[in-house]
Amino acid sequence: MSPFLFWIFALLTLIFGAAVVINRNPVASAMSLVVSFLGLAALFMSLNAYFIGIIQVLVYTGAVMVLFLFIIMLLDLRAEEGRQINWLASAGGLAVALILLGQIFSVVGHLTIAHKAFPPLPGSTIDDVRNIGAALFGNYNLPFQIVGVLVLVATIGVVLLSKRQPR
Amino acid sequence: MITLGDYLIVSGILFVIGFAGVMLRRNLIIILMSLELMLNAANLSLVAFSRFRVDSTGLPNYDVQVFVFFIITVAAAEVAVGLAIIVALYRARQTTDVKDISSLKF
Repeated sequence: MSPFLFWIFALLTLIFGAAVVINRNPVASAMSLVVSFLGLAALFMSLNAYFIGIIQVLVYTGAVMVLFLFIIMLLDLRAEEGRQINWLASAGGLAVALILLGQIFSVVGHLTIAHKAFPPLPGSTIDDVRNIGAALFGNYNLPFQIVGVLVLVATIGVVLLSKRQPR
Repeated sequence: MITLGDYLIVSGILFVIGFAGVMLRRNLIIILMSLELMLNAANLSLVAFSRFRVDSTGLPNYDVQVFVFFIITVAAAEVAVGLAIIVALYRARQTTDVKDISSLKF
């Protein structure tokens, strides 16, 4: 991928990611998160991880964000927009985040492999899904089935949590 | 030329944005969205390392991409459970603001 496209999608991801935090309206935050995840999926595809990019679009921008929007509209969260901001606590949180950012920049700056370009791939197209499937059903078969049990447990848990308790 | 460091920087900034969201916002749903941002930032750096560490055949390291696949699955389950908890909380207290949820038992 050309550097131009990389920076376009990186900026898209970061700007709309920041919009998630800055927006006061939860629906606007959720829509910004959708755009941010789409930019991230493009970044995955720029790394030749096509399967992960597709999964990102299907699972995150498809399923998870619909769930978020559904819950936001179910709860009708417009009442808390005009609340007072605690400036001291906000400044403290922002300071901790900025310290973490400086730490990350310093670590990446001192990493010698971070200044190398990505090695070229053998062909122009790679059989991405086949390779992930072979790893998933061969080497990682047991974790895969455990994840299946986890999803089942999560489903049952959600049904139990959202059931109305008899009073 | 795009290097590994560029992807790591983008991933780091995205993580910090999510972290700032968890620290600054008081709406539980926005906090959950910021958590998703942090998980995705970790995924981006994992995929970047997977592309960088090619194996002997010259292909990306697919073990890492399987790991990212698992992370996405677990994150989706986590969102479902988290939102169910928020709905149950809203039913009990009619709020999703963390400032209003300060007692351990109600």
